[in-house]
Amino acid sequence: MSLLAIADLCFSYPDRAAVLTGITASVEGPEVIAIAGPNGAGKSTLLDLLSGQKRPESGTCLIQGRDAYAMNRESLCQLVAHVPQTIPGDVPFTVEEVILTGRIPYGRGLYENDQDHAAMELAIDRTRLGEFRGRRFAKLSGGEKQRVLVAAALCQQAPILLLDEPSAHLDPENEAQLWELFRSLRDCGHLILVVTHHLALAAQNADRVWLLNNGRLAADGPPCDAMRPVDLERVFKVPFHWHQNAEGRVFLSYGR
Amino acid sequence: MDYGKLWKQESPDWNIFVNLRMPRTLLALLTGAALSGAGALFQALLRDALATPSSLGVSAAASLGAVTAIAFYPGSETAFPLVWISALVGAGAVIGLVSALGRLRRFSSFTLLLTGIAVNGICTSLVLLLHSLAGITKSFQITHWLMGGIEAIEYSMLALLALVLIPVFVWMLRLSRILNVISYGETWAAGRGVDFKKVTWQGFAAGAILVGSTTALTGPIAFVGLLVPHLLRRIVGPDYRVLMPASLFGGGAFLVICDTISRSAFAPLEIPVGVTTALLGGPFFVWLLWSR
Repeated sequence: MSLLAIADLCFSYPDRAAVLTGITASVEGPEVIAIAGPNGAGKSTLLDLLSGQKRPESGTCLIQGRDAYAMNRESLCQLVAHVPQTIPGDVPFTVEEVILTGRIPYGRGLYENDQDHAAMELAIDRTRLGEFRGRRFAKLSGGEKQRVLVAAALCQQAPILLLDEPSAHLDPENEAQLWELFRSLRDCGHLILVVTHHLALAAQNADRVWLLNNGRLAADGPPCDAMRPVDLERVFKVPFHWHQNAEGRVFLSYGR
Repeated sequence: MDYGKLWKQESPDWNIFVNLRMPRTLLALLTGAALSGAGALFQALLRDALATPSSLGVSAAASLGAVTAIAFYPGSETAFPLVWISALVGAGAVIGLVSALGRLRRFSSFTLLLTGIAVNGICTSLVLLLHSLAGITKSFQITHWLMGGIEAIEYSMLALLALVLIPVFVWMLRLSRILNVISYGETWAAGRGVDFKKVTWQGFAAGAILVGSTTALTGPIAFVGLLVPHLLRRIVGPDYRVLMPASLFGGGAFLVICDTISRSAFAPLEIPVGVTTALLGGPFFVWLLWSR
């Protein structure tokens, strides 16, 4: 049974051209998958469809064999945790309180129980946020905020994490740490789907790339296959080049 | 009041206490809690500190509904249930408008508050129109009602009001953890399994019931929904699990105090409680804008 299986997923807004057409893909187990493509290719919409925040016009999405669109919201959120690109920066709560929002799908009681706190501790441990736990979310840097949001998604204990441009405003150090965190979460059994424009980092860190173009899945495979320069140039309209250094590591660059 | 006579349950003090003071205090408690709770609820749902029953136009629309009933109903100004139902319809209509604009046109909370100001202006003008067309007797009744006042009412009416409001209070308290998540925005809340659209509709409907029901009985009372939640947010923090019950109890206590001031500041003359809340709340509102 696939962890995630989507078939012929289509979506469009009323009176507008199709945003996504015939997206079909399957994921068998834990992986880091980078979703890349030009602006307007449908990357964020795809995450919205996978998290149930939007409903497709047609097509299916099976998560661990269960129809995502036949589940109630709480059940779906126990399987899929969605992290949007940003949340309001002035959220007046502490890091712990933000992380505990991940427990909402597990019960609507007024206060969190011991299980909820245990899940929070695990999430804090995995994201190394111990020193920040009592601090105000609004006072954190961009990189720290992203880690807190990932921790909240982890606290949701969903096998699938969807992240929408999590490193959009981060400096190289925070960006590298975030990708490192994604790989460690994969090793813990999570499927990580990351929308990103940072193709070089995706090429180095992702196990697999979904390349979207005009609402269609233009390529799906390991970075070296899905990110062939000829395909990338067709999609992004600029030339791309793979390089290899003396240690054998490969790099992707672009530009004329 | 002679407390010795009161203790021995002797008239007239006992009668004054039981039939005038007690129902008046209970009405002030329920009304203050409802207006303050509605303010806290609207602020959570719109994620804007300035969202209140007054600023969204809900109080003005409830007033228009009530005044329409007073103007056209042949009986007394508190004719039940017409005034109540009319106030609820008015409040519900504006809440429906605000909610629909927010949902269908994706209006920001700032634009919704501007819409509320426009609704306020329209409703106030229509109230004035009804007032001038109503004739002398009705015109006096409307003026008296519009000044906003806590008066002794029948216990049966109080019981009915409590029967309507208390389930809404309980629902709001149970919702408070979800209101916290809504502070993070619609996308984050939806990603945690919250049906944002449903919660918003339910919340707005609850607010309309609170404002419409209390406005029908007391007339418009401004600033309670703004002042109390803000003051308490600074004291107890932003967590609605604490802030919501604090707003309910604090709003009730605040209106009882304002009513006491209204009754005793210029005794034997009595000033409308709406005047007292506005005189206290107005400067606070200015301070809030200043410090925002």
